[in-house]
Amino acid sequence: MTSITDPPQGSFRLSMLINDTRYRSYTFQFIALVVLIGFMAYLGMNLVSNLAAAGLNISFDFLGDPAGYDINQRPIEYDSQSSHLRASVVGIINTLIIAVLACITATIFGVVAGVLRLSNNWVVSKLMAIYVEIFRNVPVLIWIIIIFSIMTVSMPSPRAFRGDDPSSSMLFDTFAFTNRGVYTPKPIFDSGGWIVVAVFILSIIGIFAYRRYATKKLYATGQLLPTFWPSVAMFFVPAILVYYILGRPITLEYPELSGFNFQGGIQLRGSLIALWFALAIYTGAFIAENVRAGIQAISKGQTEAAASLGLRPGRIMNLVILPQALRVIIPPLISQYLNITKNSSLAIAVGYMDVTATLGGITLNQTGRAIEAVLLLMLFYLTISLLISAVMNVYNNSVKLKER
Amino acid sequence: MSDTHAHSVAFVRTETLPELPPPASQAGIVKWMRENLFSSVPNGILTLAAIYVIYLIVTSAFPWIANGIWNADSLAECRTILDGTTGACFSVLTERWNQLLFGFSYPTEHYWRPSVAFVLLFAAAAPVMFFDLPRKLLIFTGIYPFLAYWLIWGGTIFTPLFALVGLVIGYLVYARFVKDSFAMGFFGGVIAALMTWFIGGYITEAIAPAEPFLEAVQSRNMGGFMLNMILGVVCVSLSLPIGIVLALGRQSDMPIIKWICVVFIEFIRGVPLITLLFVANVVLAYFLPPGTTFDLILRVIIMITMFSAAYIAEVIRGGLAALPKGQYEAADSLGLDYAQAMRLIILPQALKISIPGIVNVAVGLFKDTVLVSVISMFDLLGMIRGPILSSTDWNGVYWELFMAASVLFFVVCYGISQYSQWLERRLATDHR
Repeated sequence: MTSITDPPQGSFRLSMLINDTRYRSYTFQFIALVVLIGFMAYLGMNLVSNLAAAGLNISFDFLGDPAGYDINQRPIEYDSQSSHLRASVVGIINTLIIAVLACITATIFGVVAGVLRLSNNWVVSKLMAIYVEIFRNVPVLIWIIIIFSIMTVSMPSPRAFRGDDPSSSMLFDTFAFTNRGVYTPKPIFDSGGWIVVAVFILSIIGIFAYRRYATKKLYATGQLLPTFWPSVAMFFVPAILVYYILGRPITLEYPELSGFNFQGGIQLRGSLIALWFALAIYTGAFIAENVRAGIQAISKGQTEAAASLGLRPGRIMNLVILPQALRVIIPPLISQYLNITKNSSLAIAVGYMDVTATLGGITLNQTGRAIEAVLLLMLFYLTISLLISAVMNVYNNSVKLKER
Repeated sequence: MSDTHAHSVAFVRTETLPELPPPASQAGIVKWMRENLFSSVPNGILTLAAIYVIYLIVTSAFPWIANGIWNADSLAECRTILDGTTGACFSVLTERWNQLLFGFSYPTEHYWRPSVAFVLLFAAAAPVMFFDLPRKLLIFTGIYPFLAYWLIWGGTIFTPLFALVGLVIGYLVYARFVKDSFAMGFFGGVIAALMTWFIGGYITEAIAPAEPFLEAVQSRNMGGFMLNMILGVVCVSLSLPIGIVLALGRQSDMPIIKWICVVFIEFIRGVPLITLLFVANVVLAYFLPPGTTFDLILRVIIMITMFSAAYIAEVIRGGLAALPKGQYEAADSLGLDYAQAMRLIILPQALKISIPGIVNVAVGLFKDTVLVSVISMFDLLGMIRGPILSSTDWNGVYWELFMAASVLFFVVCYGISQYSQWLERRLATDHR
């Protein structure tokens, strides 16, 4: 006797495409695919006919043509005879410069504000709460423009530094804040300069190696090596020693007033400063909230358990709270970095020449290649954000709680 | 015993002493200050530093605001009145408030229309935001979009009226057929609505009066803070259903649909909004049928809606993922099909979890609407940087204008985020 619960073994009928859940999903996917392809084809046909009507075509040849415009901040060799491609590369480097600077500064602001907001000190925690709320709730573009206005309107012009009794003076005779930007000293590397830098980097690696060795020794033998003062010594001593042995190969070039403007030193333009600080302060407010949430997410029992094991407060923070809090803090922190990179495209509002302003601004307007330029621009940002997401996924997997 | 003891010593107090107040250092404001402000030396230094910062901010800002001039006609006149003392020139706000709020080409005599729409927005949003209000009020929320469109853009009332009628007919058809099958109800509703709009279009053309009750205002005349509000409200409301569909698609078992949604969401989230606005400004026209003219505000709405839909989809996906698997299994074991399970079991719970996230996206999006000033639309920031700062009267009034813009945005965004926090507490049904 055959079981009556056996499914009917009928042959395939067309109606099963709609009624049978086994096949229905194929029908839906097929419809979706057809609709998508149809939609794309419709857009594509519109594009072709519109381009034909305007006498245009899709071509990336314009990237090889001379750009014909100047860029005020050139990290690599560039002049107005360089190609549009090179202008875009300059823009990309400028974007990365601002993104890295703003990420570092925003992290500092955010961590300080987030920790201070949790402090028992009433005045300090309220001050930080006000900072976070004010900066989070006003658009970043307004902050960029406000700081840009401060840099260009409120700062003295270089002329104010002239004369016997100037109305403005340089800070410590090294920094000049003018409406054309901030001038800072520039390090000049003589022949041995790079050796000093190399020694410095090596000593930082040495500090980490020493700390790792100390931990290993602690776990193996129980012997506690001092780490703080040796680290400080390793940080300063070798580099300073080499610096003097090689006869001070690194010198600073100070900005000096000559003619109508400052010469020498590094000029940080108002647009760079505006973008940098606005992004840092704005995103710092968000990071502060992430840091606060991360620390608060660790239950009080963890602190109490660590304290009852006899750990000192500093150790409780370092060994128990922070490792757990970082797991909560780092993913939103990385997506804030992503936001900074994307928001750096607002550079166009203050004339900082990032990739949006070169490729998506002047190049687009000069060549009229809107589709190609915007496509390349999107691809660049997409690559950056996919890279950052990839890093985040690797990190998330490495710190994931290993359960069951 | 106690009696004998009483005789053996000279004095025994028989009543309790009244309680003394705690020592001055352990009570009241002194104790509070010792605990909260000066508990340790670094803490004390921090407090003093913070107080010094507050002092600096207050002393520099207070005279500037207190000496503010509210009734001058130009910056030059302000400076004459101030005569060298520190003071703000708020008269730019009193003179140009209309441009800041409504843009420079919205007809002056019609300012009451967007104002009424703005006030009614609160009435429309209230039943959505506060669950305790009677559900009947949602009817007004449903009517509001059409009413607001009619108020702000003006023109014949029949256009929004037929749009509304089409929606109602579509809903009635959907409600009639959804009991048999969701697909039939959904597509039947869509077809009924489309047919109504199609027919309504002809009727409107035929019967629209030449002189409508509310004079039509072109989209390009919208500006100022009103434009920010329009973009924010419209894009968030439109992106919510799209976001739900995208989130469900991303969770789907069907690989093709899943990948379409994943690619769309990740692409949109991977590029800055400003590149999407460039698309709206210069590229989108190439992809539309030849001869169509879209106004810029509509193109911008399309792109911003796509942008926020991708973000909202991610928030809702989080809500869907946070639901226990048992809910999905329970819905399946009741014999509900996919549409019923989602509509009746999953989405109500998932959306409830995602409300705070959605509100955050909405606040972020509202702030991002100032980006349209980069593609030369005259929103609040565009008005300030364009017509007002470049006018001869007010060239140089930076801080007053930026402060006004910041205050406007701060009030709205802070209000919404406070609401979100209230809602979060309200919705927290777990016992902590």
